[in-house]
Amino acid sequence: MSQQPILEIRDLRASVEGKEILKGINLTVNPGEVHAIMGPNGSGKSTLAQVLAGHKAYEVTGGEALLHGNDLLEMDPEERAREGVFLAFQYPVELPGVNSTYFLKAAVNAVRKHRGEEELDAADFLALVRQKMKVLDVGEALLKRSVNEGFSGGEKKRNEIFQMAVLEPTLAILDETDSGLDIDALRVVADGVNKLRGSENGMVLVTHYQRLLEYIVPDVVHVLYNGRIIKSGGKELALELEEHGYDWVKEHAEEVGVGQ
Amino acid sequence: MSTDLETIQHVTESEYKYGFATDIDTEAVPPGLNEDVVRLISAKKGEPEWLLQWRLKAFRHWQKMEEPTWHNVHYPPIDYQSIIYFAAPKKKAKSLDEVDPELLEMYEKLGIPLNEREALAGVAVDAVLDSMSVATTYKDKLAEKGIIFCSFSEAVREHPELVRQYLGSVVPHTDNYFAALNSAVFSDGSFVFIPKGVRCPMELSTYFRINAQNTGQFERTLIVAEDGAYVSYLEGCTAPMRDENQLHAAVVELVAMERATIKYSTVQNWYPGDKEGRGGIYNFVTKRGICAGRASKISWTQVETGSAITWKYPSCILKGDDSIGEFYSVAVTKNYQQADTGTKMIHIGKNTRSTIVSKGISAGFGQNTYRGQVKVAKGADNARNYSQCDSMLIGDRCGAHTFPYLEVSNPTAQLEHEASTSKIGEDQIFYCNQRGISTEDAVSMIVNGFCKEVFRELPMEFAVEAQKLLAVSLEGSVG
Repeated sequence: MSQQPILEIRDLRASVEGKEILKGINLTVNPGEVHAIMGPNGSGKSTLAQVLAGHKAYEVTGGEALLHGNDLLEMDPEERAREGVFLAFQYPVELPGVNSTYFLKAAVNAVRKHRGEEELDAADFLALVRQKMKVLDVGEALLKRSVNEGFSGGEKKRNEIFQMAVLEPTLAILDETDSGLDIDALRVVADGVNKLRGSENGMVLVTHYQRLLEYIVPDVVHVLYNGRIIKSGGKELALELEEHGYDWVKEHAEEVGVGQ
Repeated sequence: MSTDLETIQHVTESEYKYGFATDIDTEAVPPGLNEDVVRLISAKKGEPEWLLQWRLKAFRHWQKMEEPTWHNVHYPPIDYQSIIYFAAPKKKAKSLDEVDPELLEMYEKLGIPLNEREALAGVAVDAVLDSMSVATTYKDKLAEKGIIFCSFSEAVREHPELVRQYLGSVVPHTDNYFAALNSAVFSDGSFVFIPKGVRCPMELSTYFRINAQNTGQFERTLIVAEDGAYVSYLEGCTAPMRDENQLHAAVVELVAMERATIKYSTVQNWYPGDKEGRGGIYNFVTKRGICAGRASKISWTQVETGSAITWKYPSCILKGDDSIGEFYSVAVTKNYQQADTGTKMIHIGKNTRSTIVSKGISAGFGQNTYRGQVKVAKGADNARNYSQCDSMLIGDRCGAHTFPYLEVSNPTAQLEHEASTSKIGEDQIFYCNQRGISTEDAVSMIVNGFCKEVFRELPMEFAVEAQKLLAVSLEGSVG
């Protein structure tokens, strides 16, 4: 049975402050797939994540991105989120004084309202949150705190994954969720992500290091270099990268003609 | 596609909700101010001679004074001779049943039902329109406990000895330019007296409304809490949208005796002027309380969203040993609004404590100044103060200013001051957007989070109102 892809990106180009960063990206994510996007610093990985989420600092200069066949790039950031796109931020921002429960409830209900579903009341919402906390082994204390305020790096990343679990996105983009995590925190985060993998949703993991992929095994690995995907393959591609380093990618890039 | 910064800069066009004018037959004296006008006001109100003399003394003093210029606000000179100093609805009501239906309807529209059956449960209301108090609810119920809650005029008639004893005892007529002016021409206001040991069973509230054109509003509020008494008092204010500026110069005096507590909350939403800065109320108000007795407490909470210019410093004189003063403030300025507000905590008694939490929010071209003084007198052993002043900027054409003054004459005093300035970041808004939350809701959420410490000091139902008011007043300042 052929299913409609969750995400289809065709020849996507984007620039920031007049400088072209993405120079023609092609990527298709089908339901149930986990894609890893790897690449050296400055290759455009985070830009891709931000462009898909709709950050206004990035200007799309060409190409298209479809979410379930609909034009993603036409949508406002909040509309993308309500349509099921979730970005786990590399640097989650702090919202001082904004209660985590209140924030998350507003987010869940924004999505529900968009789908024409009834908004959850406090009791139903709490039940949902408690269930997700159990799955991800998150402490109740988190709910009483202000969003990310005073959180350690690891706590912030865990909170992102927790929000993702509550929001149940169809397309989750994890932007360097592994960066700055020690091995225990990494394991916890990866564990959470694995529990959220499903046949209906897709995930895009943006990462610099192979180590995350030891815990979250991707279906496809892409190597991004200088704004283009220059190589795609199975999970073994990540190991190859690890072994040869990004210099190997650069040489490869020159061979295929996308060097600087 | 516009950038977030542009959206944030996009200056609000949200409408002022309470800007309608009501056609009520009013009686007014001609514009201008001289001794005859002062006498006329006093005569119209049938005041005793001592009060007339008190007014005249204030007036003569005011004539010798200069309008202050030390504040960080700018406005063209006020022509005090073009203001109408007294306006009142023509029909006088003796009881709630006799109140002009037109008037009742206006208050309904403002969300302040004066009908006792429909009134907010547990809140007694005194409504002041232009210069006159028009209705006070739940009076009889309060009287059973010996509590007096009535208009100032009625207090002058019914309880002259109390008024005479306390009037001007905290804010003397010589205090400042606007207090002197108020003392000369004040028209009405609220009077509250809580006898010894009585805990006022409900919130007391005064609702001020300016309706008539070219009028100034000069009301006085006097609250006295005897030993061990407790009262929570609230004031709210609105005015119609008019192109010219209107002056509001009120005086509030609080007296707390031994172990008494007075909690005074304000939700100020006078007309702020339009988006070009035309019109709006000049809110020049003197508010001060004295903790006269041992272990007494006065707590000011204010949410200031309205007025073209706000100039007020609700203060506490901590005279009694172990007394406590508190000031919690949220001040919002958008468009061309200006606010210069803060507090004075004057520590005189031993072991006196004060807390200041000020949150200033500026949007558009708004200018927000915190000005606060903490003074510790020689004899105030172990006085303590904690001050926290936070400013939030929305967009990059507004301003926030902080002027803390400390004057300490006792070496055992402990003072702490913290200040911060933050900007609602594009990143914060994008983060909320990415979770499906609209920009408008995101701003409201972030601002409310910022003001949390102040809102939790407000009585429950008013905290909700204040949050809504904040959302409405910032509507359109982003997105």
